[in-house]
Amino acid sequence: MALLEVNDLHTHFFTREGVVRAVDGVSFSVERGKTLGIVGESGCGKSVTALSIMGLIPQPPARIVEGSVMFEGRDLVRLPERELEDVRGNEISMIFQDPMTCLNPTLRIGTQITETVRRHQGLSRQDARRRAVELLEQVRIPNAAGRLDDYPHRYSGGMRQRVMIAMALSCTPKLLIADEPTTALDVTVQAQVLDLLEELRREYQMAMIIITHDMGVVAEAADEIVVMYAGQIVEQADVLELFDHPEHPYTEALLGALPQLEGEGIREGRLTAIPGRPPDLIQLPPACRFAPRCRYANRHDACAQGVPELRELRPGHFVRSGHPASERAGARAEVTA
Amino acid sequence: MTDDRSPLLRVTDLHKHFPVKQGLLIERTVDEVKAVDGVSFEIQEGETLGLVGESGSGKSTTGYCILQLIKPTSGSVCFAGEELTGLDREQMRKMRRELQIVFQDPYASLDPRMTVGDIVGEPLVVHGLGSRRSRRESVRQLLDVVGFNPSFTNRYPHEFSGGQRQRIGIARALALNPKLIVCDEPVSALDVSIQAQILNLLKDLQRDFGLTYLFIAHDLAVVRAMSDRIAVMNRGKLVELGPAEEVYTQPQDDYTKALLSAVPVPDPRRMKERKAERRRLQHALADTVAT
Repeated sequence: MALLEVNDLHTHFFTREGVVRAVDGVSFSVERGKTLGIVGESGCGKSVTALSIMGLIPQPPARIVEGSVMFEGRDLVRLPERELEDVRGNEISMIFQDPMTCLNPTLRIGTQITETVRRHQGLSRQDARRRAVELLEQVRIPNAAGRLDDYPHRYSGGMRQRVMIAMALSCTPKLLIADEPTTALDVTVQAQVLDLLEELRREYQMAMIIITHDMGVVAEAADEIVVMYAGQIVEQADVLELFDHPEHPYTEALLGALPQLEGEGIREGRLTAIPGRPPDLIQLPPACRFAPRCRYANRHDACAQGVPELRELRPGHFVRSGHPASERAGARAEVTA
Repeated sequence: MTDDRSPLLRVTDLHKHFPVKQGLLIERTVDEVKAVDGVSFEIQEGETLGLVGESGSGKSTTGYCILQLIKPTSGSVCFAGEELTGLDREQMRKMRRELQIVFQDPYASLDPRMTVGDIVGEPLVVHGLGSRRSRRESVRQLLDVVGFNPSFTNRYPHEFSGGQRQRIGIARALALNPKLIVCDEPVSALDVSIQAQILNLLKDLQRDFGLTYLFIAHDLAVVRAMSDRIAVMNRGKLVELGPAEEVYTQPQDDYTKALLSAVPVPDPRRMKERKAERRRLQHALADTVAT
C-alpha cells in the first residue's frame, strides 16, 4: 500500500466572481521513501493540492468538495482538526517557498524549533533545546549552539530555508512536502539545499513531494513526475520516461520553451513559445483545457467535445490528451507508408 | 567581436559604494558596501551583453549606474562618445532618448492610475514629440509591434497578466526609438511559457530595430539564449568576460564554474553527471567560496 493516496481531489474556491476550480479531480500516490515531483506554472493548482493534503487551505473561501487523501489508512479530509494536528508536523511536514514569511521575526530561532518538538514529542525545555542544536547541526548551520538565540533576520535566505527544513524534520516525518523550496534562493544555494534534502531523505527514509515550476529541479530530485495544467493532471510518468518520451503537447511545449544551458546554436535559435495563456478557472469550457493553446488540436476534433480522460498510454505513463506524441508519430508513419 | 568600431557603450572602472551608517541623531558612516567595485566593459552597437550574477552581486546596480538612475561613486560611463557621469539632470534627460530600461517586475513598474495608452505615450509627451494625434498613432503602432492589442489603450495595467504588462513596459521603452536598452531581469517574474514569448519578442525587436541590449539576469540559461557575450559578476567585481559560447563551455574563473555547475538542467540523465561534477567542484572550491 502506498504511503499517501490522493483520490479524485476537488478543491474549489467560492468567490464573489464565481467558483474557482483550483484543483479539479487530481489523483496520485506516493510510495514510501520515494520522491514525487509536481510541476506546473502559476495557477495550475500544484500548491493548492499540497495545502489540501495538509488541511491548510483557507476555509472559507476554499473547500474540498470531493475526494479523499488517504495517509496510512486514514482519510485526512475527514479527520477532525484535533487529530489532524497530530499528523501535521509530526508525520507529514511541509516547507514553503519563502522562508522569511514562515519564520516569526519576533521569536528567536531556538524558540521556534523547540516549540514543534515540545508539542509533538513532549520533550522538556532542556531536552528540546538539545534536540534543536542537533537539528541545526544536521542541516549544517555553523556554530549551531551559538546561533540558537539569534532572530531570523540574522540568518541568510539559504540558512533560513535550512532552519525550515530542520523544523520540518524535527519529528522525523514519513512524508515531507516541499512547495517551491528553492525558488527564492540563488542557484548555488539551491544546489546545496537540494543536496541536503536528498541526503536527509535517504537518512530518514522519508517520502517527499516536491512542488516546483522548474523542470530542472524535478529532473534532479524526483523519481516520478506529475505535470499539472489548469487544475488537472495532464501527464504522469517515471522521471526518465517523462523526459525521454514526453507525450502531452503541453509537456513538450514546456520543455521546448525552456532556454537551454548546454548545446550549440543557442543564441541564434528561437524558443518555442506557447501562445496565449492558461484558461480562466471560473469559466472552464467542457473541453480539453489546453486545446486553445495546443498546436495539434482543432475545433472539429474530440478535444472540443469533452475533457479527455487521463489514460495509461504505456505502463505507468498517463496522459490526458487526444494528441499524445506517440500517436501523432504513429499516424504520420501510416500516412507515409 | 574584434572590429575596430568604437563601442556604443564603454564602462570604465565603475564604482558604487553605499555608506553604512550608525547612530540615531548623529549619524556617522562606519563602513561602506562596495556594490560595484571597479567594473569595466564595452558593448558594440547591435550586440547583446549578458550580465549574470547572484543576488547582491551588483549587476542591477551596474545597470542603474549606466543610466545614471543612481550616481556612481567613481568611474566613467561613455555612451556614443559622450561621458554620462558629469551630465546634469536636463542634459541626462535628453540622453535618455537613447538609453532606456525594462524592469523586472511589471506589476510594480507601471503606474496603476495611468491607462496603457498614457504609459506608453508618456515618454513622447515628456520629450515634447509630435502632436496629440500623431502620438496616439505612435502608441498604437508601438503596442502593435510588441504584440499587444492596440484597441486596449484605454484600459489599466491591473487588467492584464504579467506577460502582457511586460509588453507594455517594452513598448514604453521603445517609444523614443532608443539605441540601448538595459533589460533588468525582464522575464524572471514570468512563467516559462510566457517567458519564452517575451524573450522571442526581445530578439525580434533587436533584429528589426538594430537594438543594443545590456541583458541583466540571474538565470544562466536565459542569459545564454539572449547574449553574444557574457559578463559574470560576483561581489561587485567582474570575474569573467567573454564570448557566450566560450564562457559556457570553457569557463576560466572558479566562481563561473561553480555557478554553471549549480544549475539544474531538465535532463535527468545529464543531471546525474552534473551532480557529481558539482560535488567535485564544491570540494575543490570550499576554500575559495568560503572567503
